[in-house]
Amino acid sequence: MSLFDYRISELHSLLHKKEISVSDLVDESFKRIHDVEEKVQAFLTLNEEQARAKAKQLDEKLTTEKEFGLLFGMPIGIKDNIVTKGLRTTCASKILYNFDPIYDATVVERLNEADAVTIGKLNMDEFAMGSSTENSGFQLTRNPWDLERVPGGSSGGSAAAVAAGEVPFALGSDTGGSIRQPAAFCGVVGLKPTYGRVSRYGLVAFASSLDQIGPITRTVEDNAYLLQVISGLDPMDSTSANVDVPDYVSALTGDIQGLKIAVPKEYLGEGVSEEVRQSVLQALKVLESLGATWEEVSLPHSKYALATYYLLASSEASANLARFDGVRYGYRTDNAKNLMEMYKQTRSEGFGNEVKRRIMLGTFALSSGYYDAYYKKAQKVRTLIKQDFENVFEKYDVIIGPTTPTPAFKIGEKTSDPLTMYANDILTIPVNLAGVPGISIPCGFVNGLPVGLQIIGKHFDESTIYRVAHAFEQATDYHKQKPTL
Amino acid sequence: MSRISIDQVKHVAHLARLAITEEEAAMFAKQLDAIITFAEQLNELDTENVPPTSHVLNMKNVMREDVPTAGLPLEDVLKNAPDHQDGQFRVPAILE
Repeated sequence: MSLFDYRISELHSLLHKKEISVSDLVDESFKRIHDVEEKVQAFLTLNEEQARAKAKQLDEKLTTEKEFGLLFGMPIGIKDNIVTKGLRTTCASKILYNFDPIYDATVVERLNEADAVTIGKLNMDEFAMGSSTENSGFQLTRNPWDLERVPGGSSGGSAAAVAAGEVPFALGSDTGGSIRQPAAFCGVVGLKPTYGRVSRYGLVAFASSLDQIGPITRTVEDNAYLLQVISGLDPMDSTSANVDVPDYVSALTGDIQGLKIAVPKEYLGEGVSEEVRQSVLQALKVLESLGATWEEVSLPHSKYALATYYLLASSEASANLARFDGVRYGYRTDNAKNLMEMYKQTRSEGFGNEVKRRIMLGTFALSSGYYDAYYKKAQKVRTLIKQDFENVFEKYDVIIGPTTPTPAFKIGEKTSDPLTMYANDILTIPVNLAGVPGISIPCGFVNGLPVGLQIIGKHFDESTIYRVAHAFEQATDYHKQKPTL
Repeated sequence: MSRISIDQVKHVAHLARLAITEEEAAMFAKQLDAIITFAEQLNELDTENVPPTSHVLNMKNVMREDVPTAGLPLEDVLKNAPDHQDGQFRVPAILE
């Protein structure tokens, strides 16, 4: 039994009854990290001294004050592409190996205001480019359910740390599936919010029109608490939306009577393993038994999403990553006689191969003579993909399918061919292109490996996603299973 | 036919300010060619009259009052710089 088997609401009641202290919660995190981190390797940087000091401070506040933040005393891990003032932030890249941010990301500021305690920074694919966390410039994170397998990516450290019980919650970021896919592989709950729901200020940019920060948790209820805290308009991010933030926790009614579910035939077809298909069909039966109905629909442009994504995301990345030039921060080569050489050597020595590949693909797609044929074409297809979703959402409340075509694959299995690795994101990428929200929740196991159910909602309708996910969670016990480490 | 040649890869690497070896140029040419060939499936679609999407939300020109606020302290700005002098970033010779 771990303290992290309790939900945030239960931990708060234990804190107020003085049965536990914030220091106990923070101890629990570091004790577990001490016990299992050698195997899991989820963290790049620990914040132990600061976290313990903050816990003491909050324990005092517990006796003297009456007002408490929504995440009071809750230990949390943060993906290493979200800047934290005074706490090393590397994006798992050698080019930022020593970067010490001078400000907090808006989400971190909001976590601090809500009295959460930052435990450390979590491993990822370099600059969030990857689906297995194998592209980290520093270390290999392992899947807590099977140490020979990947945790998924790019937020692999975040999902693995939550699954391993090192932290009860974490923040990740999702550009093409980077929250939902590792959540599925590690058997936890991961939400990619609507584009614009959460401020990106302080999230190191990969593909600015697709990136979103979101929560990774054990339960749907905890996920709703975290989203509540990090959502909303931010003057520092002009793409954060001026849309009211509803009370997400109160949406968890358990009632999905009359809910209309669309199941795209493209999400259960070729490439999706039979076991995953069966898990999803079984989950649909559970939802039916709770009063929902489902019908097969078509998202006809799904097969074009992968190509569209790689052109657009790489193009945006090639522009965003131009800032890493060895001048203002990060790594600088010792082997340069002049400025041009310094730029080129710094970037070549600092970036890993996947990052270089995408920068070059993006530079090519944006270069003179190719812009219309590749970049602009992809932007047009993006419109068709977005319209697919709009058409389905005219008649249905949510779209449901698997999060990934298969459960977690073996370390090294897909590293030799980039296209094989990319194909793993085929069910999550369309959601980013359309900008709609999506969650992955555990819906079964295949040979001891978790399977993720993806629930996709309308723009800014995270409440309905949470309501459906919560109702499913109440009716099943997949989320209560834990890996043996 | 190869969509991207080794020379093109070298040109793109220069534009992207990346130094690559001959072996890397050959590897990236092969991989980028595969990805671009894959991406050309988009040509199956007639998009003549489809507007491009650069941004999914219905918002444009987000404006705010232009109120001056304090900038970052110089010490903070230079804190992460690999090299600096007299309050400025220092780089190797631009012209030889």
